[in-house]
Amino acid sequence: MSSAGSTFSATTSVLCVIFILLVPLAGAGLALINTGLGRSRSAAQLMMSSLCVMSVAAIVYFVFGFAFQGYPGNPAHTMAMGGKSWSWLGDGHLFLHHVAFDGSPKSLAALLGMFGAGLAALIPLGAGSDRWRLGACCISTTLLGGWVYPLFAHWVWGGGWLAQLGANYGLGQGFVDSGGASTIQVMGGVTALSIAWILGPRQGKYAHDGMPGAIPGHNAVLVLFGCLLTLVGWLGLNSAGAIVFNGVDAGVSVLVAINTILPAASAALAAALITNARFGKPDASLTANGWVGGLAASSGACAFMQPLSAVIIGAVAGFLVTFSVEWFELHMSADDPGGSISAHAMGGLWGVLSVGIFAHVPLRGAEGVSGTIVAHPGQWLAQLVGIATLIGFVLPLTYCFNWLLNRVYPQRVSAEGERQGMDLHDLGAGAYPEFLTHSEEFTER
Amino acid sequence: MKILGFMLLVSGWAIVLTAVALLTRDVPRAAFVLAGIGVEIVGFGVLVRAHPVRRGERE
Repeated sequence: MSSAGSTFSATTSVLCVIFILLVPLAGAGLALINTGLGRSRSAAQLMMSSLCVMSVAAIVYFVFGFAFQGYPGNPAHTMAMGGKSWSWLGDGHLFLHHVAFDGSPKSLAALLGMFGAGLAALIPLGAGSDRWRLGACCISTTLLGGWVYPLFAHWVWGGGWLAQLGANYGLGQGFVDSGGASTIQVMGGVTALSIAWILGPRQGKYAHDGMPGAIPGHNAVLVLFGCLLTLVGWLGLNSAGAIVFNGVDAGVSVLVAINTILPAASAALAAALITNARFGKPDASLTANGWVGGLAASSGACAFMQPLSAVIIGAVAGFLVTFSVEWFELHMSADDPGGSISAHAMGGLWGVLSVGIFAHVPLRGAEGVSGTIVAHPGQWLAQLVGIATLIGFVLPLTYCFNWLLNRVYPQRVSAEGERQGMDLHDLGAGAYPEFLTHSEEFTER
Repeated sequence: MKILGFMLLVSGWAIVLTAVALLTRDVPRAAFVLAGIGVEIVGFGVLVRAHPVRRGERE
């Protein structure tokens, strides 16, 4: 999928800036969700970690991330394969040199990318909560925000080989991802899986017979308020992504907004209904995970599908997230307190795939983009190639980076630190100083 | 086991890339892409087996 043209109208630029400035609210929402789903004795450390990883991601993306990500039409490292040129890494300037901060598509891409790297870095915090050291998550974010995210974002949004699958090999319009279902959500989700595997489960999570026990989140209000905040952020993320990276007309943002809220709504309702049917009452944490999963799934095709398709995509996402949370815990030894792997990786993968199934809305009045996106086998194949890349390349890469980091700088807190709580261990003070540590969480079940 | 799982993941991806780059007809290309994804799924299964549930995780 080719990207936007070289210029936007003033109205489009202003709208785009407003949309992008909403994106940090998605980060705030994710931070609240992760914190609420963790233990009370790690709440302050998790919020502090969220702030730190957003900061680290912004700085590394500024220093070299955007240079690696690049922008369509800008210099890039290429290699020839099968007689075609494959662009695999941006060749831009460090420190955002040569980016004119004038509302041009390139400058907007840099701003959106900076927030996108932060969002991707926030996702693994949910999987590592209650045991991931503050310093370790900052270093891990350096690797994610400075290397892995820009590399894959170049392939999708920077005119890289995935985006060129259409032009080079006739696979539809090439790999399409409007709002970051792959570049942000799956990227963060597979990193969360790597972190959950490398850190291991929390103490007391698994009994001697291998069955996982429930460790409920400490504040459902934070979680559900976080869900509302994420919606606002996602409205900005999907709208800005569709304009900046897919060149759709600013007026299409109405459709994008509708196609953002509908999947979230149907996913949350699906999760609530499923948990109500299974457990007798709707489960707040799984419903919240379903909501986020619906938002993640919406990011793939939000600018190119009909609202009815959005409802279906959300309902499927809610189903996938609800059951995968349990499956990951039971069968994959992945203790993921925030449900990040299910909500972001599963939701995002489904969102990427849904482009091949549901995307059929012609671009209208697009600036710098010609043609339409219509669901056809070539588009399917392009989306599958993107999914294969996420699982076959990004997952091993993030695991390898974090495994190496863990060898030189152990990422998991000591057993005593985990017993104390991350607040006391990392920060020296708790989020709720009037609370006592509940030692019964460590007694035999 | 972990190394085998990761090797299968990367091998599956290599099959997908090779199919896209070298095959021109739609059906063989799609078949090899699906085969590559199949290899990745097997690799992921091996990885899951390589991370068994840690029974009795206690302090």
